[in-house]
Amino acid sequence: MLQLRQVKKSYAEPDGGRLPILDIPLWEVKDGEQMVLVGKSGCGKTTLLHTIAGITRADSGEISIDGINIARLSEAGVDRVRANKLGYVFQTFNLLAGFTALENVLLGMTFGGGRRDPKRARHLLERVGLAHRTHHRPTALSVGEQQRVAVARALANRPSLLLADEPTANIDPRNQQKIVDLIRETCREENVALIIVTHAPEVAGQFSRVDKLEEINLVRADDPPLEK
Amino acid sequence: MSWFRIALRSIQQRGVASLLTMLSMALGVTLVVAVLSIDGVLAESFRNNASLGYNIIVGAKGGQEQLVLNTVFFLSRPIENVPYTYYLEFLKQPERDRLQRDSYAARGAEVWRETAELQALSGNLGLSGAALDAVAAPIEQSLVPDMTLPRHPPVELKGRHGKYGQMTELAIPLCLGDFYGTFRVVGTTPALFDDLVYDIERNRKFEFAQGRNFVWRSPQHGYFEAVLGAKVASDIQLVELHLNVAGNAAARALVTERANWSRIDERDGALVVALGQGTEESDVFLSLRRLQKDAEEGKRQLDDEQQQALTALLDPGVVLRRSQRNVTLGDAIAPAHGEPGGHLHQRKFTVVGILKPSGTPNDRAVFINMEGFYLMEDHAKPVARPKPEEAAEGPPLSESEQRAQMAEDRRRQQEVERAADPEPLPAELREVTAILLKVDVMFAPGIENYINEGQQAQAALPVAVITRLFEFFVGPLKRVLLLLTVMICVVSAISILVSIYNSMSERRGEIAVMRALGAGRGTVMGIILLEATLLALGGGVLGWLLGHAGVLIASPWIEEHTSVHVGFLTWTTLPTEMLLIPGLIVLAIVVGVWPAISAYQTDVAKSLGK
Repeated sequence: MLQLRQVKKSYAEPDGGRLPILDIPLWEVKDGEQMVLVGKSGCGKTTLLHTIAGITRADSGEISIDGINIARLSEAGVDRVRANKLGYVFQTFNLLAGFTALENVLLGMTFGGGRRDPKRARHLLERVGLAHRTHHRPTALSVGEQQRVAVARALANRPSLLLADEPTANIDPRNQQKIVDLIRETCREENVALIIVTHAPEVAGQFSRVDKLEEINLVRADDPPLEK
Repeated sequence: MSWFRIALRSIQQRGVASLLTMLSMALGVTLVVAVLSIDGVLAESFRNNASLGYNIIVGAKGGQEQLVLNTVFFLSRPIENVPYTYYLEFLKQPERDRLQRDSYAARGAEVWRETAELQALSGNLGLSGAALDAVAAPIEQSLVPDMTLPRHPPVELKGRHGKYGQMTELAIPLCLGDFYGTFRVVGTTPALFDDLVYDIERNRKFEFAQGRNFVWRSPQHGYFEAVLGAKVASDIQLVELHLNVAGNAAARALVTERANWSRIDERDGALVVALGQGTEESDVFLSLRRLQKDAEEGKRQLDDEQQQALTALLDPGVVLRRSQRNVTLGDAIAPAHGEPGGHLHQRKFTVVGILKPSGTPNDRAVFINMEGFYLMEDHAKPVARPKPEEAAEGPPLSESEQRAQMAEDRRRQQEVERAADPEPLPAELREVTAILLKVDVMFAPGIENYINEGQQAQAALPVAVITRLFEFFVGPLKRVLLLLTVMICVVSAISILVSIYNSMSERRGEIAVMRALGAGRGTVMGIILLEATLLALGGGVLGWLLGHAGVLIASPWIEEHTSVHVGFLTWTTLPTEMLLIPGLIVLAIVVGVWPAISAYQTDVAKSLGK
């Protein structure tokens, strides 16, 4: 489903040199597989997710999603792949404040070129337990509810892969497990592969596959400055 | 979620800033609509005015603009006059002959004919030439006191068409110079309302809201009938004094003699005196007191009945009440000579008709029978007396003799003015200020040239002159106003730019999220441009509605002052207003490009946070 081969990413430094962040010879995630990515702060976990999503372009290498090497695509092509094949859940939810919960979910299916399906959007909200909050704005929702809307939005375009960047970091411990369960269950129901970045051992402990970035990345985790 | 919904939500999210931005654009568009509407009203008013029903104006030599302003709009002063005989050149034979019946020329021809008959008779009887003159001179003097009659058959005046008669469909003379209040008094013929189709497109003649047109000579009012323009009738207010002298014939006679009145009648147990326009109550009582003083000093003899009536009129309680009303049918109006505050003619004209509003300058004028106009004091053309040195008989007149002669002239004029039913003024003593001609368009340029090449008069094509004047005065003003309003729209558009651009820093996160959800750079750019367009169009629609609502609110005032009917929508300006839509879109795109490019360049990874 996802394959990274010889992916390298570095950033320019003020003195003109390059600061390597990622150097991944080979890394794969299978269809519907659920895994956790762990690593020290600043080791490049978010950069890796951004690179997979095409938000940040790799310096070299191949990034194949469902067989499509996005490294060779134009920016518009990458945008299309992102719109159609990827879902993204952020640590800070990143809901649009002016939009209702339903509209935020609909936004997730706006840019893929497919049919906008309000029925599915309502179904997803129902699935995450927010059927009664569809017309509420983010400011009227609790933190846990906001993250649930973000999960529904990430799944709105029927992605193949869901990237979740510390989705429980801003959530109280009582709700953390609920969110993790929700993400895992919905991904399973929709047959979506899942990569969760987390620092929480109790979250990581629930997954059969836990990859440490330091192990898959040839660049030592101590090398880069605090990036994440 | 459509782009439209996304842009709309973004506008809603910044409610106050968006509203203020839209209001600023609305203000600009309101002003554009106002300027276009004013221009539309002016154009319509101009169209009404330019739709004259005649295509040439003939007047005295001078500036064409002055002739047109004076004749069409009743503005400025008349240049000078042209002889009435010149007007006759535009008539066909029967009409021309009829109007010359009372001319000195016609009377002279009569004398010539009679003299010739007498000569023939004298030959038979053996009478001398001196005896013949003795017979002819009194006849001549009785006919024309001030002139030496032409002693030849006036063949050049009679028995033919006027020089331009056969090419002229309609010739209407105008005599200007008097005022009623601030409104022009126009002496003319009934043809102005009977025959002139002023709106050829809609085949409309001037219509009467009340009463009828004046006639050449009415059994009731002789030559002294008047028709009021709609605005005159609605503007002129007359003061009515209700005097406690009902049934007192002597008092009525004294008031009739001493006051400038519009109407005197008895109502509700009072003698109601509607004062003439511009006359105050105090003027009436001042005049009555002067009469009393004259009576006391023996300068005026009053009989007992008159004395008692005067005492009753000067009683402090004589005015029972005062009221005010508009001038209306049956009122008598006395024109002021030369200027609005000029001396009032003694001759009064009775109002027999009030015109419907036509949106033309005729709404603002009083029309009187030209025959009556000529019979007012100072309206007859001064007739050249033989100069003393040229006079056949006697030495030059002394100063006192000249004064006496002037006094005699004055007396004779006043006699005419006071006569209940005077004879029409002979053609030779008449002048006209302008002649409105309707001629075949084929002949118009030729006739215009021919007249202008002559010495006596000038001809102007009024529509051409009005168009020139309109363009000269209104064109630049309109352009400046439009430029200003467009500038306001541009400033409003810049406020859209400022509003959106200022919001960009807080919106980068949102843009980054949209990008992360798969929106391309072009998409976010398009959404920003759409947002700018919606703000501009929203403001535009609001401004358009406000502008037209303003026009609707002002429509009674506009109608009153221009007689142009305007509703919520003015169809004449609508096509131009439609240009606002693409204009605003272009403007929005131009000002939206900068923030849109900023959105385009958003660094998603940096702006996304986590």
